[in-house]
Amino acid sequence: MPNNIAFYILAALTLCSAIAAMALRNMVHCALCAAGAFAGIALVFLHLDAEFAGLAQILVYVGAVAILVLFAVLLTRGEEIKANIRRASRSWFSGVCASALVFAGIIVPIAYSPGLKHTPAATASAPVQKLGESFVNEYVLPLEVLGLLLTAALLGAVVIAMQDKKEETKSISQPENHPVQKEAVQ
Amino acid sequence: MSAPLLHYVIFSTLLFCIGFAGAVTRRNAILVLIGIELMLNAANLNFIIFWRYGVAPEVLTGVVATIFSIAIAAAEAAVGLALVIAIYKHRKTMQVEKFDTLKG
Repeated sequence: MPNNIAFYILAALTLCSAIAAMALRNMVHCALCAAGAFAGIALVFLHLDAEFAGLAQILVYVGAVAILVLFAVLLTRGEEIKANIRRASRSWFSGVCASALVFAGIIVPIAYSPGLKHTPAATASAPVQKLGESFVNEYVLPLEVLGLLLTAALLGAVVIAMQDKKEETKSISQPENHPVQKEAVQ
Repeated sequence: MSAPLLHYVIFSTLLFCIGFAGAVTRRNAILVLIGIELMLNAANLNFIIFWRYGVAPEVLTGVVATIFSIAIAAAEAAVGLALVIAIYKHRKTMQVEKFDTLKG
């Protein structure tokens, strides 16, 4: 089994960056801290001997999702420059209380469950070859459905984000046309 | 010498609760999405933890479930952020409290 202390350090770093991602004022800092939390989770995957899942986590989350979030933050900036925008809703205290209740409700039954006593196997590995074989044998139908889902999500994201492009070009081009028309009339 | 399973479960539950608290309390739609991503990641972490501490780690179901979940989360993030940007173009705001009607 992997080293104990490494897990505690990783867990502390991940939790700190997750809290920072949820609590900081600057949106760009929030996105970068979220990327740090995703990277910490990927390292915990690697620490738990799931190499392929950890590398997929780094590729997808740190590489793609974090950058996508950063782009979204930068594209939608502007209103936070205006003063007096509250970043948390008024009932933030009850939200934190609700999440503490959720934590207690999950942890207390788990802490008393007998399954915790099971000692883990000394070594475990998820070799990429075995994973690939199970993907094309056992899980071939979910894999195909997943490919379909990703294609649909790709198309859907493009369609949703570009939906009112025609309206925008109309509204931009109309005011530009007016002076030209006036000049032509004059 | 290994950390007990309970510590790993506490870690993933804390991560889930941080994401939940953020998704519930923050007003910016992108931060709500980040909170949801953190909750999804905590669920993935549980798959890996219970695969590693399970009775049969040679059966790769936990890892396969995690990889499927990561792919679905990527699709969710792409569509979610596209929706957020579309709503921002329409309403010129990111505050979730202003997203209160379906008809624009």
